[in-house]
Amino acid sequence: MVATSHDVMPDIELYQPADEANALELADTLGSDGWLLGGGQDTYGWLKDRNKSPAAMIELTRIDAWKGVSETGDGIEIGAVTTLTEIANHPLVQSRFALLATAAGKVASPQIRNVGTLGGNLIQDTRCWYYRRGLSCYRAGGNICYADSPQGLNREHAIFGSSRCVAVSPSDTAPALVALDAAMVVSSTGGQRLIAAEDFFVGPARDILNMTVLNEGEILTAVRIPNTWANAEYYFEKVADRNVWDFALVNIASAMRVEGGVIQDARMACGAVECVPRRLTAVENLLRGQARSEELGSEAGQLAVQGAEPLNYNHFKVPLMANLVKRAVRA
Amino acid sequence: MAYMHIGQDFVPPDVAGKVTGRIKYAEDYTREGMVYARLLTSPIPHARVLDVDDSEALAMDGVFGILRAGDVYPDGEPQSTGLKILTDNPTLVGEPILALAAVDEKTAESAIAALNVTFERLPFVLDPLDSLREGGPNAYLGGNTFGQQGFTEAKWTADQVASFRAGNAPAEDAPTTGPIPTFVIGDLEAGFAAAEGGYVYEGSFTTAGYPHHSMEPRSAMAYWEDGKLYLHGTSQSLTALANDMAGIIGVAKEDLVFINAATGGGFGQRARANSIPSMAIPAKMSQMLNRPVMMRVTREEEFTIGGARQGFQGWIKVGFRPDGIMSACDLFVVSDNGGKGGGADAFSAADCISILYQTEAVRFRGASVGTNTAHRGAQRGPGQNQIAPIIAPIMDAAADALGMSRLDIRVINSAQTGDVGGPQGTPLTSAYMPEALTQAADDFDWEGRQSRRRQRNGSKVIGLGIGQGYHNAGRSGQDGIVMMGADGRLKIHSGVGNLGTYSYAATSRAAAEALKMPWENCDIVTGRTDNHLPITSPQDGSNSIFTNTRTCYGAAMDMVAKMKEIAAADLGGEPADYDISEERVHQIADSGVGMTYAEVAQRAMELGGRYTGEAELPEDLHEWTQIAASRLAGSAFMGIYHDPAHSNNPPGFTVTCTEIELDLETGKFEILDMVSIGECGTVVHPQGLKNQLVGGAVWGIGLSALEQHLYDPQNGLPASTGYWQSKVPTYLDTPLRIDTGWVDLPDPENPVGARGIGEPSQGSVSAALTAAISDALDGHIFGAAPITTDMIINHISGTREDAVALAQNNYRGV
Repeated sequence: MVATSHDVMPDIELYQPADEANALELADTLGSDGWLLGGGQDTYGWLKDRNKSPAAMIELTRIDAWKGVSETGDGIEIGAVTTLTEIANHPLVQSRFALLATAAGKVASPQIRNVGTLGGNLIQDTRCWYYRRGLSCYRAGGNICYADSPQGLNREHAIFGSSRCVAVSPSDTAPALVALDAAMVVSSTGGQRLIAAEDFFVGPARDILNMTVLNEGEILTAVRIPNTWANAEYYFEKVADRNVWDFALVNIASAMRVEGGVIQDARMACGAVECVPRRLTAVENLLRGQARSEELGSEAGQLAVQGAEPLNYNHFKVPLMANLVKRAVRA
Repeated sequence: MAYMHIGQDFVPPDVAGKVTGRIKYAEDYTREGMVYARLLTSPIPHARVLDVDDSEALAMDGVFGILRAGDVYPDGEPQSTGLKILTDNPTLVGEPILALAAVDEKTAESAIAALNVTFERLPFVLDPLDSLREGGPNAYLGGNTFGQQGFTEAKWTADQVASFRAGNAPAEDAPTTGPIPTFVIGDLEAGFAAAEGGYVYEGSFTTAGYPHHSMEPRSAMAYWEDGKLYLHGTSQSLTALANDMAGIIGVAKEDLVFINAATGGGFGQRARANSIPSMAIPAKMSQMLNRPVMMRVTREEEFTIGGARQGFQGWIKVGFRPDGIMSACDLFVVSDNGGKGGGADAFSAADCISILYQTEAVRFRGASVGTNTAHRGAQRGPGQNQIAPIIAPIMDAAADALGMSRLDIRVINSAQTGDVGGPQGTPLTSAYMPEALTQAADDFDWEGRQSRRRQRNGSKVIGLGIGQGYHNAGRSGQDGIVMMGADGRLKIHSGVGNLGTYSYAATSRAAAEALKMPWENCDIVTGRTDNHLPITSPQDGSNSIFTNTRTCYGAAMDMVAKMKEIAAADLGGEPADYDISEERVHQIADSGVGMTYAEVAQRAMELGGRYTGEAELPEDLHEWTQIAASRLAGSAFMGIYHDPAHSNNPPGFTVTCTEIELDLETGKFEILDMVSIGECGTVVHPQGLKNQLVGGAVWGIGLSALEQHLYDPQNGLPASTGYWQSKVPTYLDTPLRIDTGWVDLPDPENPVGARGIGEPSQGSVSAALTAAISDALDGHIFGAAPITTDMIINHISGTREDAVALAQNNYRGV
């Protein structure tokens, strides 16, 4: 029987570790039974609807070491449970990596940003409504995709990189971090590993059940942004149905080094067009050494959408994505 | 006319409670021994419940019992459409099948999960045209439509459906079905003949149905005590709903105490008992268990049983004479009746065109067809507001084609005092639409802004829009009661619901006005029916201001007349020799001879009889009011009134002007400026009117640009059950400021000159915004509401989705 909204939390163990070691130990011990809880914005709906039923929650927001923005030798580090509001308003982020500040400020609504964390925004599950409804689709372990069908409601779904599942990455901060060449700090009882933001997210061809490379027992604890793209010329734009409290139909994050009107280097990523933030490498290659112009933007936009495979109801994403790339180039 | 209270702002008595959180809604109440009911709702769009194995659930600790459809309908479920309390034949996902009560909600949910329900799946349909096609599925067991002949099956040939979907006119003999009457006004053929040399538009259109999204779900708590049922519920009406709810529950009217001090939003589907029968569940379960029962309704349940607007799949042909007069309109609408039967929105849409544009000839035809989607019924401007965004760009196309200004074509077609409208040619009580148009245009500087029209700024382009809204806005035939004790305070008994508009308080001020009472010496008696409140019309159809100022004023004037009688009897002279002022009744010739209100109230109580409601009550008082009056009789000085029925149509009109800047690269637009003007007779409560105009504007933005109602064609599941999925407008989707104003000319058929306004304020904004989008896109007519970002991008880029034309409960990509 398909679940409906019960709006009642089930019984669940709640762990509130106060230090890193305790949290990592809990994550290791509980494995898939331990639900990592940040701001809760991607948690309570799942649990109240009883479409996910973990035995326990590990609340991470009491661990001070995973909060805040700090300078490193080569950039900044942001704790994964830092709220999106703090990131959007933080002087260091604003002054050096305004691309991320802007993206963080476009997430959802002020209320959600006040409790939602950077880590949560990055590792949140896809918003495909079929999946969220609790249907037994590929991503839920079943053997069908309801969205990728002749009648599927797939206006918000992928135009690139589909493989059985056509869900998209819903994050606004993820494309910004890919464009900034950030690295994810992933911790476990076995130690830490650094993963490039671009490699942190995975599509359905590689792992249809998960959207990141996080393994059981691992926690995203921080994000490091190198100075490589500090104070570059940034462009972030999110097009959503609503101007607040909505997910992107398409978003774009771009960082460019421009001298005398000529693009020296560029790094770009689009969100909500694929299961991962889509790095626009071909566009970046096109742009290097060229003067910014409307014509170059149009050419870049068309290049960006090459190979797009729209579904029944999301053809509009193709011109929209092309236009956003154009705007980023000519900005 | 100078008034003490009418036209003045005031602070309604419940405001402090609302802003501090002290006021109680149904969910805030508790009672010793209270248990919690949860619903098992249908996971299938159309089914029969064959068996419910509840043995495991009932054996669980803390589970008290289960209520089934057979318990509430011992003689069998009603064989009709309409919401049922519980059902074994669900016709939409989310329809309540049973309720289970337990010691707490978590236990109840766990017990529901332990139920083993066997369903027989039945064919389902989500698009009316799919059902209308020969061989298509029916939403109900007995057919796909319900009317005076009961369930019937309405079918067109496959070719007829395909042709209609393709945007062609329905065949002259296309079957019209459903409970909505068709009508013809004037000579349609002559009307279109007159448009030769003028302008004729013909095209198809679709409008979305979408839910009400009231902030407060329809939760309820009930308990029985000393043979009386105490029901804490939610409603946009008070006595009107309680009067009918007694029948649904099966309790005598005098034994029902309905308690509803405040309601978190009501937009049509909380006005009448038959649109909210779920409140009977805790009442019935409480009776069964002999315990207080709280039933909290979730946001998703509110979506599925809370009612939705009817969606339209339509075709329209409009003719304009060379001078711009709308000479003919031919309208055909297939209405989505949802899973429980719908309303008469399409009829109201045609009626609206007739009144708003004074069209010389109108033909309305239609078919009302069920789908296995949310319950349909009245929602703010049902019909009038769907057609408003459809016809506004057509008006503009006509103006452009005829070389007229878009303001002028509306002025020459607008309703004025003395005009009639609708299929019966009903006279309007008064109408000042030309004044409203002029005021809106002046306040907005419509003419001055024309130079900005379609001006480009990079990828952005300016669009200007003007729109009109209409709704019938007033009823009569209801009752009023005012009381006064020896302290001289006026008690205004109001059966008007407190749905957030404060009309219960604003209308009460008509009584204070009649008695020339300072407001601080008046009390509004309301909130629960054991306060003995008169019947009134449900608070739907924007009628409250007109209807209840008449009753309150009438009851107060009855008290004034009785005051004069008592004064004349005690102090000499005739009643006509007396007047009232400063809380005294006194001789006109010598104001020193008189009695204070306190004195005259004391004297009235000594006299009793007709002065205290113990004799000579007005004839034709409603049964509900008779019960209230009998319980008040003898307790204080009473003024009581039955308002005779009037026959004319008191209209509520609005006009909106807006300017948008649309980005051709993103399909997004920003509303730069908006002015909305109300034409609703004398303004009773300026702040309340402003709230209505602004609130309606926000919803009008949703209607034109955002709100969606999606069901998956593969399994019938609703996909837009929450706020963000439905895309209700947010703060940043609305303009920084919405300027408001009003014409403020009196209506002769209301004692304080007032008419209602709530509903059209959405329609005119939707019309203006749609017109502005069309204007920004060189006059392209989408024939749709809403016009979403993807549709705009597709239009600009020439991309075409694979969406089904005229689809309902789906995307509107074409």
